[in-house]
Amino acid sequence: MRYSALQILKQGLTGNKGWTPAWREPEPRTEYDIIIIGGGGHGLATAYYLAKEHGITNVAVLEKGWLGSGNIGRNTTIIRSNYMLPGNEPFYELSMKLWEGLEQDFNYNAMISQRGILNLCHSDPQRDAYARRGNAMLMAGADAVLLDADGVRKLCPDMDFDNARFPIKGGLWQKRGGTVRHDAVAWGYARGADERGVDIIQNCEVTGLQINNGVCTGVDTTRGKISAKKVAVCVAGSSSRVMSMAGMRLPIESHVLQAFVSEGLKPTIPGVVTFGAGHFYISQSDKGGLVFGGDIDGYNTYAQRGNLPTVEDVCEGGMALMPNLGRARLLRMWGGVMDMSMDGTPFIDKTDISGLFFNGGWCYGGFKATPASGWCYAHLLATDQPHETATQLRLDRFKRGRMIDEKGVGAQPNLH
Amino acid sequence: MIIHHPLLGPRDAAEFVYLGDASLINRPDASADDAAEQFYEYQYLRDNVAGEMRELWYHEQGDRSWLVVTRNTLTHEISKVELARDVARANGRDR
Ligand SMILES: Cc1cc2nc3c(=O)[nH]c(=O)nc-3n(C[C@H](O)[C@H](O)[C@H](O)COP(=O)(O)OP(=O)(O)OC[C@H]3O[C@@H](n4cnc5c(N)ncnc54)[C@H](O)[C@@H]3O)c2cc1C
Repeated sequence: MRYSALQILKQGLTGNKGWTPAWREPEPRTEYDIIIIGGGGHGLATAYYLAKEHGITNVAVLEKGWLGSGNIGRNTTIIRSNYMLPGNEPFYELSMKLWEGLEQDFNYNAMISQRGILNLCHSDPQRDAYARRGNAMLMAGADAVLLDADGVRKLCPDMDFDNARFPIKGGLWQKRGGTVRHDAVAWGYARGADERGVDIIQNCEVTGLQINNGVCTGVDTTRGKISAKKVAVCVAGSSSRVMSMAGMRLPIESHVLQAFVSEGLKPTIPGVVTFGAGHFYISQSDKGGLVFGGDIDGYNTYAQRGNLPTVEDVCEGGMALMPNLGRARLLRMWGGVMDMSMDGTPFIDKTDISGLFFNGGWCYGGFKATPASGWCYAHLLATDQPHETATQLRLDRFKRGRMIDEKGVGAQPNLH
Repeated sequence: MIIHHPLLGPRDAAEFVYLGDASLINRPDASADDAAEQFYEYQYLRDNVAGEMRELWYHEQGDRSWLVVTRNTLTHEISKVELARDVARANGRDR
């Protein structure tokens, strides 16, 4: 069913009895051309673009829980393409362009809101670094504006500009950045893929990979064996666990990132703001809640919950930037398991095992990448060639000395 | 999380800096024929286990000793804490 204003009118006049489920609940078949493991944003986007762009529809997405139970339903919903390095920025800018046309493309309201993202700077060297980053963004076709303190004041008057230790000196403003309703992204892609014939199978955990003589021929699941010509792993925080079924060790550690939401308030922040002197970022949801977060906790975990020292650290960062935050009450907080890679950059690649593909290492920044990740992974699965924006997102880049380390902290995942 | 430091007793995990898998104690032999491959695996690849893990914590805000903490990555439960020095010596290292 196509969603439209006319459809709402029609259903409204007929008692809203004609709405149909957004996707089917099929039983798994015994064989598919492609199996995608993981029904998060990236897995569903991959299925959608495989069907829509490449006409490959004999595809199943296997999800161990329900759609949206992973990080796609846990993130702080920020989208941006303000990266710097050549191996990264064209990929994230592709993602931004796909976001811009997404709602029309998959006929679903994902509440894409390009209210802008502002990275604050607090010293002259930091401003120089942002000027350099802004130039790199412009060269990749993205947008960037360097603001001085007055420019920032016009956007966000309520911050602590004259903080004695970290005065706000300006910021890098990407107007096309913003936020998106995260679950709606999963639902929109799921519906679009299902409509084109993809089987989305929930409550189906992959428990083993069938590998014979270096060829992957299918998976074992809690709902039986399923064969496939290609198996595409796309499980974010569970990457190491699933790839260990193929005997592979990854350049990845799993860490928890926490997020926080305050009670609903009147509009106070225009877009997304990031503090440049500590790790703290904040935006305001359509319901008025302040959505914010900071650093990962810093120790390996699969627990989907963090500890209090990080909560304190995030709140300190918030208070340093916006002292008025202290008057807002926290409504809820939660955590998600991040697949932190050794250089902070993801992977979209084949493996040494024929027919087995890997997508992961998204760290805490994979939501913005959802459309491009699906686009490029589908391209790789369909053509056996990496997409032109993903040629450097390879698993062997550490061996070749070609890491893409935006932050420059080395092989220390908890610092990225 | 509370880490029971063998010398100082119970300490808040916030006093520590986390490095990662305790296998990082075992630096490869730089003179081995396949040293490059060994260092690549040592530096970049991780078991990243779900369950009981031995890991290195550094008591930066305390006595600056390195500890090997055995902790469950699914529950955050800590079952054992040793001085990294003792672990290294038990493995045949001189310090
Ligand atoms: C608190 C928080 C805030 C964040 N904020 C942002 C942000 O503002 N901007 C941004 O760009 N990114 C952000 N991220 C990161 C982003 O959410 C992730 O990088 C991204 O969602 C990961 O891709 P995914 O959606 O495919 O993952 P997921 O939704 O986690 O999908 C993986 C799926 O695989 C399934 N799975 C795992 N193992 C198996 C198995 N054996 N068999 C079958 N299925 C399996 C899981 O159940 C899960 O549903 C944030 C993350 C968190 C936790």
